[in-house]
Amino acid sequence: MPTAASAEPSPEPDTLGEAIQVEDLHKSFGSLEVLKGVSLNARKGDVVAIIGGSGSGKSTMLRCINFLETPTSGKITIDGEQIEMNADGSPANRRQIERIRTRLAMVFQQFNLWTHRTLLENVIEVPVHVLKVSRAEAIAQARVLLDRVGLGDKADTFPAYLSGGQQQRAAIARALAVDPNVMLFDEPTSALDPELVGEVLTVIRDLAAEGRTMLLVTHEMKFAREVANHVVYLFEGRIEEQGPPAEVFGNPQSARLKQFLSSVA
Amino acid sequence: MELILETLGLAESAQLLSLSPPGWGANLLRGLVNSLKIAFGAFGFGLLIGLFGAYGKLYGGPVLRDLLAIYTTVIRAVPELVLILILYYVGTDLINKASSALGYGRIEISGVVAGIWVLGIVQGAYSIEVLRGAIQAVPPGQIEAARAFGMPPIMTMWRVTIPAMMSFATPGLANLWLIATKDTALLAIVGFSELTLETRQAASSTRAYFTFFLAAGALYLIVTLCSGVVFAWIEKWARRGQPSLREDRT
Repeated sequence: MPTAASAEPSPEPDTLGEAIQVEDLHKSFGSLEVLKGVSLNARKGDVVAIIGGSGSGKSTMLRCINFLETPTSGKITIDGEQIEMNADGSPANRRQIERIRTRLAMVFQQFNLWTHRTLLENVIEVPVHVLKVSRAEAIAQARVLLDRVGLGDKADTFPAYLSGGQQQRAAIARALAVDPNVMLFDEPTSALDPELVGEVLTVIRDLAAEGRTMLLVTHEMKFAREVANHVVYLFEGRIEEQGPPAEVFGNPQSARLKQFLSSVA
Repeated sequence: MELILETLGLAESAQLLSLSPPGWGANLLRGLVNSLKIAFGAFGFGLLIGLFGAYGKLYGGPVLRDLLAIYTTVIRAVPELVLILILYYVGTDLINKASSALGYGRIEISGVVAGIWVLGIVQGAYSIEVLRGAIQAVPPGQIEAARAFGMPPIMTMWRVTIPAMMSFATPGLANLWLIATKDTALLAIVGFSELTLETRQAASSTRAYFTFFLAAGALYLIVTLCSGVVFAWIEKWARRGQPSLREDRT
């Protein structure tokens, strides 16, 4: 088992600021409590992999961070700015949450590209209309990004004509177009055919290598071990175990994590 | 041309329908223009009601939702002819009451405006349901993506929801438009000189009922055919990016 190598991409912890702080996050759907007090810190440059069985709350946690799901209670701080919440957990300041969301680009399991727009239009949509970048500048940048994910020749194609892997790479280009401080990946390869997973992971791996801060909910254990510098294992809405990948994967402490790792291996 | 009409025995009809007096063609066309004005206005007014109503029904509070439910149920339950009589007389009566209360005399209400208001209210009820269904058919992920990237609600509506729902809404809206063109005929009952009333007047003055009603029918048909072309074009635009069911996906 390799041990020390996996921790390498981690930047020096104390020299960089906190990117995301989640404190005592609770989320219930009706009477079902999905998150039972989760706390998580990610510094700038961290790649945090969130693993766990289905129903463990890992996607819900990610979606609470940008308030796609309204937390029931807890505290979320992005780049040192705490998100103002009402008593019921909903964001208290719409402008604040919208501003913060532009810095937290999300990549979805189902890609969620806008189907009535071409890839280029998808990528420039948020820069032009939300961030008010000039159209020409946004287009130039979008072409660079599409080239980077290997879709430069598909700029004028509509998403429905592309494979899942291509759509997901386009979705990553769309996320990069806002120059996000943190990228949230919600099971980015779970909806893909097995032979298409690799091309998407390659793109994400490159982003991790260039020091992007990422939260990555994934079922790809090998990949998590390779790119993450911190792994969080969720079980039934609580963090059961966390630590550097070498520890979590190489020397799991909790019986549940051992069982989980043996079931997905 | 004249010879052909003569041999077909249509010379008399052609004369009756000619655009200059003593022909009644100009009256019919004037009626058609009025009908189209009302249909356009009512359809547009209906769309406006439909859009706000659909959003209200989907995202509004309980009171708004109940009010909209009453509106769509009542309007769709009562025959249009009855609604037109009610809305026309109630509407004009209310305006006159208001104007006399404010110290003005009776005011003459333009037929076009009254027609648009009456038919628009009717169209709105149907539009709400067409647009509500279309909005619900938009994959939630598309709206979620907009939210996740910090788009404000109104921008999400204009940039994502409305364009994405257009392909679902167009067939229903095309129906509503055609219904609007034909519902204008019902306004004849309140004495508004749209195509049907003009036709009836021409027919009863000349006793050439068959000729005039056939001509009116042909005009309605032309409107429908032209609308079909326009809506086919709109639908093609609205469906951009969606592979056709017939052609092979590449």
